[in-house]
Amino acid sequence: MQRRLVGRAASSGLAVGPALLLRAPETSKRKHGTVAEERAALADAVAGARDAVASLASELVGDAADMIAFQLALLEDDALTVSAYAKIEAGVAADVAWLSAMQEEIAGYETAEDEYFRARAADLADIRDRVLRRLFGLQQADLPEGAIVVARDLPPSTFLGIDWSRGGGIALGDGSPTSHVAMLARSRGVPMVVGLGREVEKLAGTVLVDGEIGSVMIDPDSEAVSMARDASERLARRKASAVEWQCEPAVTVDGVAIAVLVNVSGAADIAGLPAAACDGIGLARTEFLTANLLRDEDAQYRTYAELVRWAEGSPVTIRTLDAGGDKPIPGYTVDGESNPFLGLRGLRLSLRHPDIFRIQLRALARAAARGPLKIMLPMVTHPAEFEAAHEHLRAVLAELAESRAAFAEPSFGMMVEVPAAALAAQDFAAGFFSIGTNDLTQYATAAARDGAEVADYADVLHPGVLAMIAHVVRAGRDKGIEVSVCGDAAGDARSIPALLAVGVRSLSVAPGLLPMVKQTIRELDLARLTERA
Amino acid sequence: MQEVKAHALLTNEVGLHARPSVKLTQLAKRFAATVEVAIRADGPWTDAKSPVKIMRVKAAKGETLFMRANGSDAQAAVTALVDLVNRKFEEE
Repeated sequence: MQRRLVGRAASSGLAVGPALLLRAPETSKRKHGTVAEERAALADAVAGARDAVASLASELVGDAADMIAFQLALLEDDALTVSAYAKIEAGVAADVAWLSAMQEEIAGYETAEDEYFRARAADLADIRDRVLRRLFGLQQADLPEGAIVVARDLPPSTFLGIDWSRGGGIALGDGSPTSHVAMLARSRGVPMVVGLGREVEKLAGTVLVDGEIGSVMIDPDSEAVSMARDASERLARRKASAVEWQCEPAVTVDGVAIAVLVNVSGAADIAGLPAAACDGIGLARTEFLTANLLRDEDAQYRTYAELVRWAEGSPVTIRTLDAGGDKPIPGYTVDGESNPFLGLRGLRLSLRHPDIFRIQLRALARAAARGPLKIMLPMVTHPAEFEAAHEHLRAVLAELAESRAAFAEPSFGMMVEVPAAALAAQDFAAGFFSIGTNDLTQYATAAARDGAEVADYADVLHPGVLAMIAHVVRAGRDKGIEVSVCGDAAGDARSIPALLAVGVRSLSVAPGLLPMVKQTIRELDLARLTERA
Repeated sequence: MQEVKAHALLTNEVGLHARPSVKLTQLAKRFAATVEVAIRADGPWTDAKSPVKIMRVKAAKGETLFMRANGSDAQAAVTALVDLVNRKFEEE
């Protein structure tokens, strides 16, 4: 019986082969010896891992070689094991000592302010697992030719230890398209799908990994395989041609121009993307850009001014700090809320930290002197909150007018993501609306964004959610202000027709999706869509 | 024994990150002198021959890297390290 699991595409291409489940090493058990035995066991395991990494290093070139050289340097450094040996001396088993020592080391990386350092946590985890695997006597699985590696997540070392020249693919329950191993898979051309959920652990028999559409098919027959192969090749060609045309405007078949902007979390997101390919930045998430600069107005100003410079005169919409929910900032957000998504987040927090809020507003008003900049408030519920925030902006502008600093008054608008605010959009004195469909959908359908079991409920195409979006569009039209959509739905080919049908004319999407979104729009006939609606 | 001190600005895009850390420690290990680095003039000081410890410093782009060395070839060690930082770890 053919079945299909849907996840996210992480590396393109198509692979068919026998599923091979790799389990995480933490689940095994080993016997606990004397202190001397445990000390020797760890020493052996570290030495074995070091030798294996050294021999791997000599075979690799380029980025993969650099990554392994880094792991080798750490494994050769006694400082790595000091804390684990101390725990062993205190009577702790080698595996427990190593695991907890490495978790402490990894935590140091994960809490780094700099994303480059945070990303290295994966390398540390890789080292941790290499040594653990040796402590438990687990060998690297000898993979059958063209095997589909199935796991919750896959460390880069396991990926590098597999001979991919004989084909194969990867299907992960967790994972992310931006992970290190996804990057390696793309560079080696290994098809990979992530985020398939818990079902992935039950995969067995022949499976098909479709890295174009991001799905896995179980027990496909030959007809299904050849159909998937054709579809995958068509999609690959479409993607290539979409990239070629990415700087052309997105106009529907019947001649309606749709603005397509990009969502930005960090400078790396837009590296390599020509500003001419988009109509500006529709959402810059400052909780990532400036999380460690909350009180540093000049550093924030430089960050915002850089986005304005990049956009070459197109508008740049910058969202004020949207901390809370799934984005805690130590010392700023509230710990221990029973339901953070329904708690103090976004503007609610900003209004409780007016000093930090005003620093950001000052930096934004100064950057607005460099080009068209729009300020967007997240998580607005009441018109009075919007007014309170506007009062802060006016005070900041008055301060700036007295100082000698160059500044300009930015357009002041809001994200619409709270259902009550969506249905009362007409009551907000906002300069523009941008609909955050991720939160609006989860709040309107009472289905958590991160809950795999309820993922099907959180559907932006639910008529109730679409009715809210349509209402916001109408309210915006009546007010003569712009309405855009900046949630994931804006980048989803399945949702775009519905959004345009209810009157949305501006979409802001992840930079990687931009070419295909524009291509999708070019193939739509809006007049026919609205006839049907 | 003389102590030699110097400092240099980290201007490479990623700061004292994985690859730069490996290069820095490999270079420091070529010298007999003890070599230490810090991101403040008054320390705390970190052994420049340990990549594990160097990574814990998390020195980012735009920070000043202070260096000090003690031993017969201390001057040569500090000069070589400053040069490596100024050449952006040959990364860019």
